Amino acid sequence: MAATLTATREQPVRRLWRQATDGIRSTLSVLSYNKVGLVAAWVLAVIVIISFGAPLVVQEPSPDYANIYASPSAAHLLGTDFQGADVFSQVLRGGQTVILVGLVAAAASTFISVVFGALAAYVGGWVNTIITGLADVVLTIPSFPLLVVLAAYLRLNSPILLALLIAAFGWPTLLLAVRGQVLSLKERDYVEAARSLDLGTPHIMFREILPNMRAYLAMYFVLSMTNAIYAQVGLYLLGFAPLAGDNWGIMLNLAWYRGAIFYKNSFWYIMAPIVAISVLQLTMVTMTRSLEEAFNPRLRKAG
Amino acid sequence: MSTVAIPGALAAPQARAPSFLSRVFRNYYVGRLVKALVTVYLVVTISFVVIHLMPGSPVEVYIYNLISLYGIPYNDAKQQAAALFGVNVDAPMLQQYAQYLGQLLRGHLGNSLLSPGTSVASVLLAYLPWTLFSVGLALFISFILGVTLGMLMAYRRESALDHVLSFMGSVFHSIPNYVLGILLILVLGIQLNVINIASMRGSFSPGVVPGVNVYFFLDALRHASLPIATYVLTTIGSWMLTMKSSTTATLGEDYVTVARARGLGDWRIMTAYVGRNAIIPLVTQLAISAGFVVGGSILIETLFVYQGIGYLLNSAIAQRDYTVMQGIFLVIIVSVIVANLLADLLYGKIDPRVRIQSGSGG
Repeated sequence: MAATLTATREQPVRRLWRQATDGIRSTLSVLSYNKVGLVAAWVLAVIVIISFGAPLVVQEPSPDYANIYASPSAAHLLGTDFQGADVFSQVLRGGQTVILVGLVAAAASTFISVVFGALAAYVGGWVNTIITGLADVVLTIPSFPLLVVLAAYLRLNSPILLALLIAAFGWPTLLLAVRGQVLSLKERDYVEAARSLDLGTPHIMFREILPNMRAYLAMYFVLSMTNAIYAQVGLYLLGFAPLAGDNWGIMLNLAWYRGAIFYKNSFWYIMAPIVAISVLQLTMVTMTRSLEEAFNPRLRKAG
Repeated sequence: MSTVAIPGALAAPQARAPSFLSRVFRNYYVGRLVKALVTVYLVVTISFVVIHLMPGSPVEVYIYNLISLYGIPYNDAKQQAAALFGVNVDAPMLQQYAQYLGQLLRGHLGNSLLSPGTSVASVLLAYLPWTLFSVGLALFISFILGVTLGMLMAYRRESALDHVLSFMGSVFHSIPNYVLGILLILVLGIQLNVINIASMRGSFSPGVVPGVNVYFFLDALRHASLPIATYVLTTIGSWMLTMKSSTTATLGEDYVTVARARGLGDWRIMTAYVGRNAIIPLVTQLAISAGFVVGGSILIETLFVYQGIGYLLNSAIAQRDYTVMQGIFLVIIVSVIVANLLADLLYGKIDPRVRIQSGSGG
């Protein structure tokens, strides 16, 4: 009994994992036609590995009040912050939550968009009316100001909660796109064939239609990661999320409000999170651009 | 506009009944209007609920301040607060909601909780023009510049110009606008000391009297220049790149080849055939980004201490001024919806392929 339970529970997980790795592989193969996109993907991989590896290796920098706002030196590669803590190790450690929130938010909003977008396209009728109507409404809501109000109310201590909150407003664009894709894919011959074989809606959805949208979904996934990171760091900058722990957004907030901008020495203190966030966003935007180029043959370079 | 909000909201769930309602819905403009009103109603409700769920009402804050600062007993402090605010913040939420909607229908936005006696409308009127001025001007500049550069890039594909502009466009498009704002202050204001940041705070210099004259306009422009520069730099990249791909796609269309074969002049082909068609997808984006920029102004205006609606929202949230927050949300949402409606109308005007009657745009 227990064995069958775990078996049935594990199989979808394994299938999901296989589809995810297939997705990454097919994304990379799409990207390999485009050198810039491939470079961006590798840089992103390096950033992710460093961000998730560093907290295990690098100690949390300790304050040293005798040595605040120090300029870069051999001991402190990027100088020290307002309480004398090493900026470089903060940069190394600070990426983890930023990327985690981005990943979770993107995963959640992609999930919502795929499930309900496909549902709207496949079922049609009033289900479609309600889902697209809702998407249109949420699309109009100024998400960032509302997020700020919510963040002030919810006292966001957990990155996951923050991510889900960001995802709650991030799904409509992708949903409408998925709906459009499914609408066009479901008229294709092989889907017609699957339907005439009576393979069932879940099979057609997950085996026939969705796998053909993998690279497309990957593009939107990365895009919604950039949006989530924008919102998250923005919340930290305004100070509406708790300023505890190592995080590029928190670094930016502290460097800005603790007056690092008034000390010429601490230029690199505030530049560190700026460069980190910008490079992260740049690699992801470059990746989405290259994917977009790969989908649209007219944009592809001649020859 | 708000008077029809409630009937609109009731109409939506009945969309199942196919005959009459679907015919009404199939009318493009009615559909758009109903959707817009439903959206306004929903956002008003959502913002009301969210704002009223926030812990720490301004009245409570005031009471606790009285207690801690002056040692006044709780009951006395509460009475003082009630007398000062004149608003029953303790009333059940449903009652407050009904009251709020009723007021809204009569065009009243209520009074600011923190500055008693000041109406929300007057507060909004003092801040809104600055946001509209800076955001509007920035959008205009970046759209025109971006579209021009984008077309240029498409015509000179693979040239050095194309590569440089593409790269810069991607970089500025990826950097979050508030990060770029910090960079501008950091580099221009502090490291290079080219501009005097302190004197550029606010929306105009103290002592300058607002009025219709060149001096005031120049002063306002100087104060808005950093926010505008930030908006332009961060949005121009996406206009350029979108216009480039749109133009590139259009250049491959048969009708362009035919126009060339007919021997039409390059300029005529560029403006009447390529440009006119390539710009279509950007128009809807313009509307969406107008809303986004107004909503995102909270970060930029707070950074530059520019007294627009975003700056107001930030301080209203920090001080828990419910009524002002509600007013701002209403303004933002209405501006987003108006921008969307405008885009739709424009879309129909510039894209002859759009059959307005069919409604669903995809």
